[in-house]
Amino acid sequence: MTFFLQLVITGFSLGMVYALIAIGFVIILKCSNVFNIAQGHFVMIGGYLGFTFLVPFGLPIWVSLLLSIVAAIIMGLLIERLTLRPLVGQSLHAVIMMTIALATVLEGLATLIWGGEYKAYHGVLPTVTLNLGKLSVPPETLIGLIVSVAAVAILMLFFRYTKIGLAMRATAEDEQVVQSAGIRVTTIYAISWVIACVVGVIGGILLGGVSGVMIPLADVGIKAFAVVLLGGLNSIGGAIVAGIILGVAENIAAGYLDPLLSGGGLANVFPFIVMIIVLIFRPYGLFGLVTIERI
Amino acid sequence: MAIFRTRLHWGMLFAFLILLFTCPLFFSDRILTILTIIGITIISVHGLSILTGYCGQISIGHAGFMAIGGYASAILSAKLGWPFWATLPSAALAAGMAGLIFGLPSLKIKGFYLIMATIAAQFIIIWLILQLYGLTGGTDGLAAPRLKIAGLVLKSKSSYFYLVMIITCLATFAAKNIVRTRAGRAFIAIRDNELAAEVMGINLWTYKLLAFFIGCAFAGLAGALLVHYYAFACIDQFTFMNSVWYLGMLIVGGMGSTAGAIFGAVSLKLLDEVVTIVGPILSAAVAPQAAASLGLIMRGLVIIVFLIFEPRGLAHRWEMIKAYFRLWPLSYQE
Repeated sequence: MTFFLQLVITGFSLGMVYALIAIGFVIILKCSNVFNIAQGHFVMIGGYLGFTFLVPFGLPIWVSLLLSIVAAIIMGLLIERLTLRPLVGQSLHAVIMMTIALATVLEGLATLIWGGEYKAYHGVLPTVTLNLGKLSVPPETLIGLIVSVAAVAILMLFFRYTKIGLAMRATAEDEQVVQSAGIRVTTIYAISWVIACVVGVIGGILLGGVSGVMIPLADVGIKAFAVVLLGGLNSIGGAIVAGIILGVAENIAAGYLDPLLSGGGLANVFPFIVMIIVLIFRPYGLFGLVTIERI
Repeated sequence: MAIFRTRLHWGMLFAFLILLFTCPLFFSDRILTILTIIGITIISVHGLSILTGYCGQISIGHAGFMAIGGYASAILSAKLGWPFWATLPSAALAAGMAGLIFGLPSLKIKGFYLIMATIAAQFIIIWLILQLYGLTGGTDGLAAPRLKIAGLVLKSKSSYFYLVMIITCLATFAAKNIVRTRAGRAFIAIRDNELAAEVMGINLWTYKLLAFFIGCAFAGLAGALLVHYYAFACIDQFTFMNSVWYLGMLIVGGMGSTAGAIFGAVSLKLLDEVVTIVGPILSAAVAPQAAASLGLIMRGLVIIVFLIFEPRGLAHRWEMIKAYFRLWPLSYQE
C-alpha cells in the first residue's frame, strides 16, 4: 500500500509538470488556433534562464524571476513577429511545421548557450518536503500544484472577465468577425504568445529549482500533448485535471508493469498509448468542445 | 509511360540515367555513400509525399515505419536466411501493415489530432522494438547481413549504389504513376476537401488506409535498404528527429509533387553533409557543443525560411524556371 501511495504522490508531481506545459499550450490554442509543439522548449529555456540569472550572475530570486519574465516577453514577441505572423491564413500543416522548426531552433540555441548539460540550482527556492507517515511528498509536487492552480485560476478569470481575454477567445472563434469589430488580431496573437512564454518560463524556473533542467525536459513537452488531448484541447482546467490523471496513471503503470516487461521503460511510451486511445474513442477529450464540421 | 511526352523528355531521361549509372566511375567512395543515402531518402520521402503531400494525412512517424521495414528485413535475412528479393518486399509489406494499424485513427480524426497519433506511432514502434529483445536485439541493435544477388555479395560501395539507384528509379516511376491513377486522384480529392470527396462517392475508409499503406510501404523499403547498407539495424537510425526531418524535406521540396520529394531529399541531405563538414571546424573554433547545435539550428532555420518565403517549395520554383524558358521571350502565360 505504501508503494502504491508513493507512486501516486510522485505521479502527482509528474502530472504537475505536464499540467504546466499543457496550460501554455492551451492558451495559444485558445487564442490563435496554433498548435504549439515548442511549449516544452519554453519550459526548458525558462529553466536555463533561471539558472543563468541565479547561479553565474548570482542575483536574488525575485530579480531573477523578474528578468526571466522580461526575457520571456521578448522571446514571445520575437517568436510571434518573426515566425508566426507571416503564416497567418496559411494551412494547418505550415503552422505546425513552423512550431516544430521553432522547437528545433530553440533546442539548438539552448545546446549552444548552455552546453546541453544538466543544470540545477537547489537551495535557491524554498524546498519543502512533507512527510506523511512513511510517505514523502517531493517539493516539486507542492510548488507545481500551487503554481499551476494559481495560473489556472488567474487565467480563467482573465479569459472570463477582462476585455482583452474576451477578445482573445473571440479571436479563436473567428478572426474576421473580430477584425470587423475593431480588434487588432495581430496584437491578440502577440499577447497570447507572450502569456504562453511567460507561463512556460515560470514553470521552467520552478522545475529547475527543484529537479534541475536539461535538454530532454523539452521532450516532456511532447508527452504533455497526451495531457492536452485527454483534457480537451481548449480547456485550461482540463489540462490540470488530465495532467494529474496521466501523471499518476503513468507512474502506477510503470511501477507495477515495468518489472514484468523485459525492456522496461513503459513510462516513456505510456502517454502515447493513452493518446492513441483518447484519439480513437474521445478525440475531443474530457472537457473539450465537440466540433461539428460542415462543407 | 505517358509521363514522358516528347523526344526531348526521353533524351533527357536517358542522358540522366547514363550519367547516374556511370557515377561510380568518376566518384570516390565517400561521394557514392552520400549518393546512396540520398537515394534511400528519396524512396522514403516519396512515401511521405503520397501520404502527406497528396492525401493530406500528415505523418510525423515516418522514421518509425522505416524502422519496421528495416528490422523486418534484418530479421528475415539474418535469422531465416531469406534472399533479398524476398526480404525487401516483405519489409515494405510489414511497414505497410503497421501503417494500416496506425492509419486507423485517421478515419475519425484529422489535422493536429492525426499528427499526435503519428507522433505516438513513432514512439510506440521504437518502444516495441526495444521490448522485443530476443527478436531485435533491443538497444544493442541487430546485425543485418549484406545483400546477395545470385551468389554475389554486395560488399563494395559501387555495387550497393547500383542496387539503390535502380530501386530509387523504379520507386520514383511508381510514385509518379500512383498519383495519376484513380487512387491518386482520390487522394488529392481527400486532401482538398474530405467531406466533398466523400459526397462525391470516394470511400474515405478505403483510400485513406490505402494512402497509409502505400506511404508506409515506401518507408519500409527505404528502411530495409538503409539497414542493409550499414549491415546493422539500431534504433538510432530512426529517431523522432528523423521523422521531423523527412517532413522538412517534403516542405522544402514542395508538397504534392513527385519532383518536390526528390528536390527536398537531395537538397537537405546535401545540407546535412555541409553541416557534418562545417560542424567540427566550428566546434574547434567556438565551443565543443557548436557542431550539435549547428545541425539543429540549420535544420530549423531552413524549414522556417521555406515556410515563410517559399511555402510551395523548390518544385514550384522549378516549375517557374521551366515556364520562363518555355514562354521566353513572352514572359507571361495566355
